[in-house]
Amino acid sequence: MSWINALIQGIFLGGLFVLFAAGLSLLFGVMEVINLAHGDIAVAGGYLAVVLIPILHIPAIWIFIVVVPVFVVIGYLVQRLLFQPSLKSGSLTTLLVTFGLSVIIENLLLEGFSANSHSLSIGRLGSGAFRITSQLSISYLSVVILFVAIATIVLIQLGLSRTKTGRIIRAVADDREAAQLIGADYKHVFGIAAGVAFGTVALAGLALSMYSQITPSAGPTYLIYGFEAVVIGGLGSLWGTLAGGIVLGVAATIGLVASANFGALAPHLVFLAILAIRPQGFFPKKALA
Amino acid sequence: MMSGDRVRPLLEVEDLTVNYGQLTALDGVSFTVEESSIFAVIGANGAGKSTLMRTVAGLHKPVRGRILLEGIDITSVPAHLRVEKGIALVPEGRRLFSSLSVEENLLTGFYRGRKGPWTLSRIYEMFPWMPSRRTQRASLLSGGEQQAVAISRALLANPKLLLIDELSLGLAPIVVRSIYSSFSSLLESGLTILLVEQDVSQARSIASHIHCLLEGRTTLFGGPRDFSAAEIEAAYFGIAEPNLELGTL
Repeated sequence: MSWINALIQGIFLGGLFVLFAAGLSLLFGVMEVINLAHGDIAVAGGYLAVVLIPILHIPAIWIFIVVVPVFVVIGYLVQRLLFQPSLKSGSLTTLLVTFGLSVIIENLLLEGFSANSHSLSIGRLGSGAFRITSQLSISYLSVVILFVAIATIVLIQLGLSRTKTGRIIRAVADDREAAQLIGADYKHVFGIAAGVAFGTVALAGLALSMYSQITPSAGPTYLIYGFEAVVIGGLGSLWGTLAGGIVLGVAATIGLVASANFGALAPHLVFLAILAIRPQGFFPKKALA
Repeated sequence: MMSGDRVRPLLEVEDLTVNYGQLTALDGVSFTVEESSIFAVIGANGAGKSTLMRTVAGLHKPVRGRILLEGIDITSVPAHLRVEKGIALVPEGRRLFSSLSVEENLLTGFYRGRKGPWTLSRIYEMFPWMPSRRTQRASLLSGGEQQAVAISRALLANPKLLLIDELSLGLAPIVVRSIYSSFSSLLESGLTILLVEQDVSQARSIASHIHCLLEGRTTLFGGPRDFSAAEIEAAYFGIAEPNLELGTL
């Protein structure tokens, strides 16, 4: 029974990883930016909620209505002002810029909030659970997070494949120069993609601070999970990212059942194993969406 | 700019000079393209033809010279803003969006295009094979079909000036002929075409003006019947020094 329990809990934990990975997948798929600050941006989103909730008197669960749009705007600006200028100098420069951003965010958070952990209290939604059997229960929050994660992937996917803006984003991802010839300002388009990516990672940060706790240095841990989900899913494939996140979640909870210390290690081992057997990931990218 | 009594040509290129690093790709090229005409730029590989097209489309910044569209200086207008001013380039190698379907590729033409006579249904009328394959990925089409989609994508932006770079490259002669034969109806719709063509006889048969480049410089220009084949050959390969002032050898 405990294995089945672990499997199911793992699928729901996977939802959190998927939220971390969605934006990474999008940034890589559209502009081939590897954003090392992704985890820290998520954590910053959590801290923004910690600050805003007492000021705005909004229930914690609804704070995303404020935080996500703020991060969409920040994402657009970071892309235009920070990532874009570095793209010209090659992908290694961009990688270093995102690494620098990661260090800056962590230290600013440490300065502002100390190393103590914070979390968002959401009351009954956080503590309540569906009781499936006497030994199997699934917390309301886990269900919400998995639902939000799947909805995020589906919405991004639909946005890319069905909307005019999505079509232009894919065109820019395919061929930046040819996109200029149909009138697309690729820098603006990149900004939009980054805005969406930052919006989704802010959701990940909120989910994390409701699900467990955040500290200023929590970002890189989740960045790794996000990366692994993206890589084993197949670079740039959003459906692959969804599958990858869930596989990692299951690995983590099953590992935890095997041994208390094994929970943190198991996803990384699974990642390495999949990488060895199928280096191109589950759904190798032919193209975005 | 100016609006004199004289009707200005659609495109004026003045003393255009473009560098690639240390290399001068275009050196003081000037010409004018009249409305509703076909203007062909010919020349050997490396003559600067593609650079010329890309500079008119805005992908390269000239170090000297001006580009005027309907008398308005657009030299410093970025490429993506030239589309709404009425310039569309069919780039060398077609450059379709490989992950987009045929129809999605066509629809991108509307993105910042102008209002005008070109619609999806008109394109489908011109290329009857297209509707049945509209959901296919553009990368699965043959070279000739891709070229047709690339031209259609540009037409859907309803340009005043259509730039076509190396239309016949890699295409079977019969495909080239069928694409060129559709040009007469394009001209009737008020379109002006500036194209690059390596096949000189092809260029002479369809263009009202030809302009030969050699190593970035103009070696010959005028009407397609103004010169003998030998004169054109000489200008094309740089066998003799041409007389630029007369536009003849």
